[in-house]
Amino acid sequence: MKMRFVELAVGVFVLLGVAALFYLAVQVSNITDYRDGDTYEVTAYFSNVGGLKVRAPVNISGVRVGRVADIRYDPEAFEAKVTLAIRSEHDYLPADTQASIHTAGLLGEQYVALEPGGDYDTLQDGDRILFTQSAVVLENLIGRFMTNMGDD
Amino acid sequence: MIDAIASVGRFSLDALAVLGRASMFLLRIFAALDAVVRRFGLTVWQVYSVGVRSVLIVVVAGLFVGMVLAYQGYITLVDFGAAEALGGVVALSLVRELGPVVTALLFAGRAGSALTAELGLMKTTEQLSAMEMMAVNPYRRVFAPRFVAGFLSMPLLAAMFSAVGVMGGYIVGVGLLGVDSGAYFSQMQAVTDWNEDVMSGVIKSIVFGFVVSWIAVFQGMDATPTSEGISRATTQTVVVSSLAVLGLDFILTGLMFGGN
Repeated sequence: MKMRFVELAVGVFVLLGVAALFYLAVQVSNITDYRDGDTYEVTAYFSNVGGLKVRAPVNISGVRVGRVADIRYDPEAFEAKVTLAIRSEHDYLPADTQASIHTAGLLGEQYVALEPGGDYDTLQDGDRILFTQSAVVLENLIGRFMTNMGDD
Repeated sequence: MIDAIASVGRFSLDALAVLGRASMFLLRIFAALDAVVRRFGLTVWQVYSVGVRSVLIVVVAGLFVGMVLAYQGYITLVDFGAAEALGGVVALSLVRELGPVVTALLFAGRAGSALTAELGLMKTTEQLSAMEMMAVNPYRRVFAPRFVAGFLSMPLLAAMFSAVGVMGGYIVGVGLLGVDSGAYFSQMQAVTDWNEDVMSGVIKSIVFGFVVSWIAVFQGMDATPTSEGISRATTQTVVVSSLAVLGLDFILTGLMFGGN
């Protein structure tokens, strides 16, 4: 009888612990983002990636289609090489798609926005996105604004 | 003068001897682990007394820590107009640090001290020797189930602490302070990573569970068999395991988050 109660209590305890872990997984963390399934990778060269981080979202029209897989400096191109992992179902992107680094809000996290072009060929695994637009560096903007003010 | 040097030497040798005994003790427990599987009922009993009966204090502590975090975080964040980031602040601090560490400290105080006192009394009243007389191996019958129970309970308790803390933060942040409910959770999910944050917290709690159970069971086994010895061993368990948890937390945090 007593043993039965103990077993029941331990069972509830373990279930509660697992439920708490499950809660942390689903409600608290971004584990749902990991269901990317099959992806293909394209590269893009930026002269400045700003504060872009690995695993930042890749969006088209604000819809998430992939994530940033890798960021490194290419010593031959003298530019930052960003590898984008895009979900395989989005295999319709034209080859002249443009990639730009945007900021969510004024000071939020940065993401890569894709702007589809008009080419009939589509981007394949390992392709390079030719048209890119670097991150906007706020200090540069302010600096430019200040010098313009001086000219007037 | 020479006495002073000799006492330093004695102290070092004693410390080394304790370390050696503790390591041998751990190895003997590992050798007895098959008994845990074979007589699982014993371990279930221990999970009940170590884990289940710690749930209340852990859950209540988690709730209040989460609520206080939300209060304090809100006061800081609202100055920068970033009150929406509250969910991320609460979840990250709970999952990465406070969940494993505070649970381990509570666990050492609530369960570790009880384990030590129980085992110390068993030793004092010569129950352990009596078992050996009856050819019952106390490592298989007494130590291993208790060690495994503590080791298994800690991660579950830490997960409960963090989950309840997140809810406590929700109650204060959304209910009292008026942070948007959707923003609370979406910010949380944006900054909390499953592998990097939640899993490293789980790994921490497993390490802490291992260390605290090891220290508690060892101190009980190693206690001087007098009433004073038991009280000293119980104090030692709480002090040593709390310090070990805090020190290990620093090292683990450096390893997990110091890289970039």
